[in-house]
Amino acid sequence: MPTSIEITPEMMREIIMDHYQNPRHKQKPTEDGYVSLHASSSNCIDDFEVYLLAKDGKVVDARWDGVACTISTASTDILCDRVIGKTYKEAEYIIEQYLDMISEKPYDSSVLDEAIVFLNTGKQAARIHCATMGWTALKDLLEKEEK
Amino acid sequence: MLDPYKIRKDFPMYRNQIKMQGKPLVWLDNASTTFKPDCVLNAVSDYYTHETSNSHRGDYDLCFNIDQKILETRQTIAKFINCRPEEVVFTSGTTGSINLVAFGYGVKFLKKGDEILLTQAEHASNVLPWYKVAEMTGATIKFIPLDKDGRLTPENLAATITDHTKIVAIAHVTNVLGYIAPVKELSKIVHQHGAVLVLDGAQSVPHVPTDVKDLDCDFLSFSGHKLCGPTGIGVLYGKFDLLSKTDPFMTGGGMNAKFDMCGDVAYLEPPLRFEAGTQNIEGILGLKAAVDYIMNIGLDNINAYEEELKRYAVEKLEETGNAIIYNPKSEAGIVTFNIKDVFAQDAASFLNSRGIACRSGQHCAKILIDYLKVVATVRASFYFYTTKEDIDALADAVKHGKEFLDAYFN
Repeated sequence: MPTSIEITPEMMREIIMDHYQNPRHKQKPTEDGYVSLHASSSNCIDDFEVYLLAKDGKVVDARWDGVACTISTASTDILCDRVIGKTYKEAEYIIEQYLDMISEKPYDSSVLDEAIVFLNTGKQAARIHCATMGWTALKDLLEKEEK
Repeated sequence: MLDPYKIRKDFPMYRNQIKMQGKPLVWLDNASTTFKPDCVLNAVSDYYTHETSNSHRGDYDLCFNIDQKILETRQTIAKFINCRPEEVVFTSGTTGSINLVAFGYGVKFLKKGDEILLTQAEHASNVLPWYKVAEMTGATIKFIPLDKDGRLTPENLAATITDHTKIVAIAHVTNVLGYIAPVKELSKIVHQHGAVLVLDGAQSVPHVPTDVKDLDCDFLSFSGHKLCGPTGIGVLYGKFDLLSKTDPFMTGGGMNAKFDMCGDVAYLEPPLRFEAGTQNIEGILGLKAAVDYIMNIGLDNINAYEEELKRYAVEKLEETGNAIIYNPKSEAGIVTFNIKDVFAQDAASFLNSRGIACRSGQHCAKILIDYLKVVATVRASFYFYTTKEDIDALADAVKHGKEFLDAYFN
């Protein structure tokens, strides 16, 4: 496994199940200032919103809410963990590394932390979209904010 | 009794021992599409290797031969569903057939204040064309309530239909729950109110004997690929007088009797009126082979065998203690279920990792939300080549459903 952290498949399963059963960031914001983007799939049931609160070039908060499978729930929730508090550039770099990992290209694992658990998504090709839809939605939101 | 092991010898998808994720393929998505026997593949291939010609375009033998074969296909299908050959229109499939009725008949005859009745169990292809008709004509869409199990009953139709109802469009067998609608009783009620019954046969014609005279439906649609035929070919049956009143959905070559520069056009009689342009000839010839093959096995046998498989599947899945089954009582070979505590899409990926092909999804969101109280399900659907071992493989996977993340780590 191309990672410096010693992490077993058992641990990876636990991390996915933990974020699926107890998502930390699955909540529609009631406060003002969030921008959002809809993420849905024609071949999965996933159908959710991704919310971003940004200020002075930094991600203040990231959330999501809606209907989602285990893979999209856990991956989007871990995404929120990874980007909160980061600058746009840092967040975009993390997202890029993650998307490269999923598409089996060379990537920098040092910034991925728990997101490394989706390393094997390619084994179920039909689910690559589930593992990336939250991430690409947030990437689009960040790019819009930058403009 | 039918012997699925012997039947499988006719199917290259079984003979070739196809694998999925390194496991022998267990194909349980027959409501979506079906495998093709050699006779269908040969019929398609023979057209290109020995019989190539267009139809009604020339006076030579090859062309005459194809015209004959297309006519024979109409006759075969007429025998298959008990109608006249001139009541068999070739289309691209069920969706194409329903759209032809919607635009060629619905848009022509419906007006503001008219009603179209549907149910919440309909497939999108039997809902969205009617939405379009309503939008174009000012007619309104009403839904016939289903009973607590999700079944369409004559009582509920009678309570919903009015003298403003012009079209009742329903599935003979619903694609999520697999109930067989009591069409004979329904058509009586529809006709008492002067309306037209448009029957979606996509999930019924391949599985249960269909006699359009006995059912007394006005239109019937079905697809070739769900009954072992090629993709891209299907049939619209219509009572001849109704087809005669129906406008073509597409115009062009092969469907006009004459036309001149002054704009005078005469269309051919049905069914040719609806078959503009060069038809899907390989599909038509493949469809004939498929229908011959199915009639040879016999729909009574197929229906009885699938009922047995359905009972077996419900019993085996219940034994696992790990499945929630949403349609244990329905008649068709469709089991809609979830693995306890596993999201449907994750369950389908887990099944994929074990070589099992099942469909997950909302299939038809409304009925799931209203009747099943769940956002998504997994659907296993059978055909005459399905074996009890296929179902055992499914039940074994369901039993181990808690390990669904194995799909990514093993």
